[in-house]
Parts: sequence; C-alpha cells; structure tokens
Amino acid sequence: MTDHIIGGVSRRSVLKGSTALAAGVALGGAGSLADLTRAWAADSPFQPEKGAKLRMLRWNRFVETEDIQFDKNMAAFTEATGIQVRLDKEFLDDIQPKAAVAANVGAGPDIIWGPMAIPHLIPDKLLDVTDVADYLGGKYGGWYESPAAYGIRDGRWMALPLCVSGNYINYRISAVQKAGFEKFPTTTADLMKLTKALKANGSPAGMALGRATGDGNAWCHWVVWAHGGKLVDKDGNVTINSPETAASLEYVKELYENWIPGTASWNDSNNNKAFLSGDVSYTNNGISIYAAAVRQKMDIAADIDHAFYPIGPVGKPTELQLPFMIEAFKYSKYPNACKLLMAFLMEGPQYDAWLEQSVGYFTQTLKDFEKNKVWTEDPKRAVFKEACTRTLDMGYAGSLGYAAAGALADFVIVDMVSQAATGQTSVKEAMETAQKRAERYYRV
Amino acid sequence: MATDAERVRAQGAESFSDRWTRLKYDHNWLGFWFMLPAAAFLLLFLTYPLGLGIWLSVTDTRIGREGGFIGLENFEWLNQDPVFWLSVFNTFLYTTVASVIKFGLGLYLAILLNSHMPWKAIIRAVVLLPFIVPTVLSAIAFWWIYDTQFSIISWTLIEMGWIDENINFLGEPNNARASVIAANIWRGIPFVAITLLAGLQTIPQSLYEAATIDGASRWQMFKHVTYPMLTPIIAVVMTFSVLFTFTDFQLIYAMTRGGPANATHLMATLSYQRAIMGGNLGEGAAISTAMIPFLLAAILFSWFGLQRRKWQQGESDD
Repeated sequence: MTDHIIGGVSRRSVLKGSTALAAGVALGGAGSLADLTRAWAADSPFQPEKGAKLRMLRWNRFVETEDIQFDKNMAAFTEATGIQVRLDKEFLDDIQPKAAVAANVGAGPDIIWGPMAIPHLIPDKLLDVTDVADYLGGKYGGWYESPAAYGIRDGRWMALPLCVSGNYINYRISAVQKAGFEKFPTTTADLMKLTKALKANGSPAGMALGRATGDGNAWCHWVVWAHGGKLVDKDGNVTINSPETAASLEYVKELYENWIPGTASWNDSNNNKAFLSGDVSYTNNGISIYAAAVRQKMDIAADIDHAFYPIGPVGKPTELQLPFMIEAFKYSKYPNACKLLMAFLMEGPQYDAWLEQSVGYFTQTLKDFEKNKVWTEDPKRAVFKEACTRTLDMGYAGSLGYAAAGALADFVIVDMVSQAATGQTSVKEAMETAQKRAERYYRV
Repeated sequence: MATDAERVRAQGAESFSDRWTRLKYDHNWLGFWFMLPAAAFLLLFLTYPLGLGIWLSVTDTRIGREGGFIGLENFEWLNQDPVFWLSVFNTFLYTTVASVIKFGLGLYLAILLNSHMPWKAIIRAVVLLPFIVPTVLSAIAFWWIYDTQFSIISWTLIEMGWIDENINFLGEPNNARASVIAANIWRGIPFVAITLLAGLQTIPQSLYEAATIDGASRWQMFKHVTYPMLTPIIAVVMTFSVLFTFTDFQLIYAMTRGGPANATHLMATLSYQRAIMGGNLGEGAAISTAMIPFLLAAILFSWFGLQRRKWQQGESDD
C-alpha cells in the first residue's frame, strides 16, 4: 500500500483519451480551472469570510500524480478566491495523532484530510458540514451509504468522505491459471482450493497479518464477516466469541499454513514488495502494486489482475473498504472558507481530474463520478470502481462511533486472527481475548 | 514635629525596605533566587506533565472529550487484560536481556579501546556510529535485515548452504523478540562503551603500577582495581541504560508496531496504541503510570546497590 507511484498515467495518455476540459485541468491549465473556479465561487452558497486564510493538513501521497493534481486544484482555489491555504503533508499514520492533539488543545489546522476513524473519535470538535454534504449530494447523484456513515453522527454531517481507497485481491493471472482456475475464485471454498494448489505449484500466496493498518484490517475483517462472525451485533453488544468467528479462524489457520512463511510480520508494504518480486501469487492491496509495475514498465504488469474478495458462507460481499475523510474544526476562525474549500475539492472538473490522476487508487464517494473514465480506460481497474457499493463499515453490525474506531485502532480483529492463525493461542482463547478487549471499548 | 503615629509608620516603612534589602542580599535568600528558574523549569516541564499523566490515569478521558474521575478502574481493567501483562513481560525481558548484554559487551569494548592500539581515535569514533544514526533510520535498516523475503542474513546463510529456507525473524514471537533485542543492543552498546571508557581513563595509572609490583595478574587487577574504581560510573551508565531500554518506543514502533500478535509490544508502545491511536487517553496514561514503580525500583537499585561506597563519601573503603 505504501509504494510511491510516479507518473502512473503519462501526459500523453491523458491527452489522448480525455475531454478537452478535463485534460486542460489535468495538464495544469491553471488559467482555465481558476476561471471556472472564480465563476463557481461567486455562485457558491458558501461565501468565505473577508481576509480568510486556511491551514490544511493532508496525508502524504502514495501516488504522485494524485498529489500533483491535488496541488493544482488547491492553487486554482487560491487564485480564484484569494484565500491563502497553507497545505502541510505528513505521513498517513501521523495524521490521526495530530488531529487528536489539535482537537484537544483547540488549535492547529483548520481542515484535515486523513484516515476514516478521526471524525468519530472527535465528533464534538468538528464543524457541522451538513449543508455542504446536502449541496454536494444533491448535485452529484447522492452519496454512497457506507462512506457517508463515517461522516454522519446523530443526524449531522461532521466530515465528508473525500474518497475511498479500494483494497482488493491482486493476483498473478498465469499462476492462478496454472493452478487450474480460469478466473480468480469467487467463493471462500474455492479460494482455499486455489491457495493449496498454488502452494503445491511452488508459487504460494500471502496477505499481511502483522500491524498492517490498511491491508491487515481489510482482509481480516472480510474473512471474519464472510463466515458470519461479528465484533458486535446491531445493538452494540460484543458478539465476537461465536461459532461463526471460530469457523472463520479455522479457515484462516488453514490458509495461513498454505501461505508463504512470514506473513505474520508483514505490514502494509511487505506484500507489495513480495508481490512485485514474484514471491507471492496473490495478496490483498490497493491498486498501487499494479500501478507501480505499469509505471516502471515491468513485465509483471501484464500478468497482474484484480478481483473482488470471494464470498463466504454468508452469501454476500463482506468487504471493508476504508474511506479518507475531510473535516474542519469548530475552532477555525473561517468556517465558511472551510466549507467553500471542502465543496470545491469535490466539485465538477477538478474532482474528475483528481480522480483520473489517482489511477484507480481512489474511488469516488459521490455517485455521479463513477462515470469517470479512470474506470474504463484500463479494465484492470474495474473492480476498484465498486469499492463503495460492496463494503460494510468498520462498526458492522453495530453503529460507528468511539468504540468502533478504538477497537479498529487497537487491532482487536487483526490480533485475534493473527493469534489463531499462527497458533500462538487456540482459536477459543483468541476469541475470548478479542471479546474482552472489545467489551472494554463498547462499554461506552 | 512628628506624631507617634507618623513615627510608627516611618519605622514600618524602614523595616519593609530593610526586609527587601535583606531578601536581595542575604546569601541564603540569594541561593533561593538563583534556584527559582531551575525550579520553575522542573515544575513546568517535569512535575506538571508527570502529575497530569497520573491524573489522567484515574479518569476515563478520551481524545476530544473531558473525562471524569473513575478511581482505579483503569488499573483494575489492565490487571485483567492479558495484552497488558504480555507487554509487561515483554518489557522486562527486553530490558533485562538487552541491558545485561549491553553491559557485558560495552565493558569489554571499553577495556579493548582503553588499551594501546593503532588508529585509536578513529576506532573510538567508529564505535559511536550506531548511537549517532537516528533511531528510526537504524530501525528501518534492521527491518530490511529481518525481512522475511529479502533478509540479507537469510540470503547469506542459504548461499552458504547452512539453512534451506528464509528465517522468519519478525513473524514468529520468540524470533521477533530476539530480533528487536538484538537491534536494541546494537544501538545501545556505544553509549555504554564510550562512557565506561571515559571512566576507565580516570583511574590513576599508579594503582596499576602498584598492583603490578605486588604481583597481581590481569584478572586480579580488573577485579581489585578497575572494577571498584569503575562502580560509580557503572551505576550511572546502567541506570540510564535501563531507563532508556525500559521506555524504548521508536525501535519497536518502526520495526513491528508490537506485532506479531502483540509479541513485541512494550508498555510504551501499548500505551501509545491505546491512548493516541485508540483514543483512550485514560487507559494509555494508566499504562504509562504503571511503568513508574518499575523505573523507580531500577533507579533505587542502582543507586543504593552500586553507588554507596564509603570512599565516595570521604571515608576509607575497608
């Protein structure tokens, strides 16, 4: 997940396939975007305070082209509205602690764009942006339900999901075919067969089972949910210690035995390295592995494809896709300027250009943007388009809130899966520990 | 003519200015004034944060939300939490093993460096290198060295035909513990070695000459001259070494984040995970507070166990 992708889409390829407007925006036709923005800002329902200045903190790019386009959009915003924005970029894992400090001391950046857990950890400190969400939702075909849930609390919007970073199966076409499967399996039962066949062929698979905030959480939640296990029921009672969870852990134990050794220590970047070096034939990840291979013109790129997570005994998709939320603080002196910027980032040509430049690493959260050509110009990106429609949210089957955010950050599910898979404890003990730890969070 | 009342007032004024003058020039008070900035500094940057940490540990404060006093509930909860006890065990194992080895190797290195050898100055500078490299950088280097797929150690051993498959350094609990301890030792040795070397150089040469005349062997010289003369430095060095190791955070966080399945979680990393990432400031503070008694014990042990020699207090050492 942490691979830096530089130039995933070349300038030429953008020119070839893009509409004139989007191309102009993507290629830094700052004049045109700034002009559009000027007209847009004049009509916007969010009129900024006089002399407004903003500070924004965002997470540091994993995809360089996305970052460049983001900067262009910000420059156009400043040029058109006269609002200076100081943009700081920091490592993804540092954003949440910084947001926590800002919320506690009541000073710091006006706007933060970062991981999904932040809004539900500090709901009282965030600016109400219900009007922005309603405005954008009305204009762009509505919000997808799951990412929206991360921004809503007690009926008010406290943050907007700017995008979702899709996490899916990355696999080697040749290895899967050699193992006797025409396409990547769609059921967990077939996945087990494939995994065993891959091991027998000397081309094993592996998914991150260490402290992998993105990849580890994504697949561990999927596998537990796929078997009907749930951290909590819909009333928030902790129910992780259940026969369904036990079934999922037994399943993972078997998978783990057939994987490449060492996955228990993998973090978010180990699987990228192992996959690109040809050591594993499937793993779960964002599109960054494929994008890196395309950029570096590696032969492996032609042999990579993506697939949905297989469906388990529950019979429906049980993915966990994680949105990146943008939120403004109540302490900001310029709340309207904050709203204007948030709306701007998710509007028309600039959002389209940005989505395109993120080469499939980000998925739209407003339905109208699914028409973006990023999803059609390369069929291998297609599964990532569905990231918002197939996912459950991190609080499933309960509601989102302090407890769900805390349990996720404390790796309750990942640890349980890891303990059972590696045989560090029995399945029963792993579930009991998880139950206890989760009860601590859900006591609130 | 002044009235009585005026005289009394004048006397009062005099005595007030006298008192002020005394406060300004009296030697004892002067000492107090000079201490004041340092005391304010300590209060502001040490006592206050420590006090705040202890206060937080008895509340249910969360990030972005004021908490209320809940007594010892956080500690009662931690007492039943297997992950907490695992982190306590890990912290002790990590501190004990790493400190003992750092001391042994550090002392050995110091004695080697203290003897005459060519390019002494350069070698001494080189020994400091691991200490100079930023912790996070060296942690990332170790993370690559211990990588399950690309480890240079595994690769070398396989090439030499000693092993058949990659060593699972960070994926198996005990391997992971040994690996992070080794990384800590690598980082910590220079501090111990260079400080002990400084101590060795303060030992008067005449003591060794006298011992030689008395016919002492090298071991006897070490046991009866070097070691006793070095104990005050050892006490200081080991106190610091134990404190640094006990509270280590960066190395673990950059290499394993406490994984696999909490096998390398130290109290410091668990505290961060629960307080900052999980948002549970009260519980995180309770884990930090739980470290205090252990740290105090370590300090008291080295202070009273190693440093109370009579000769240090001006008496003869019999």
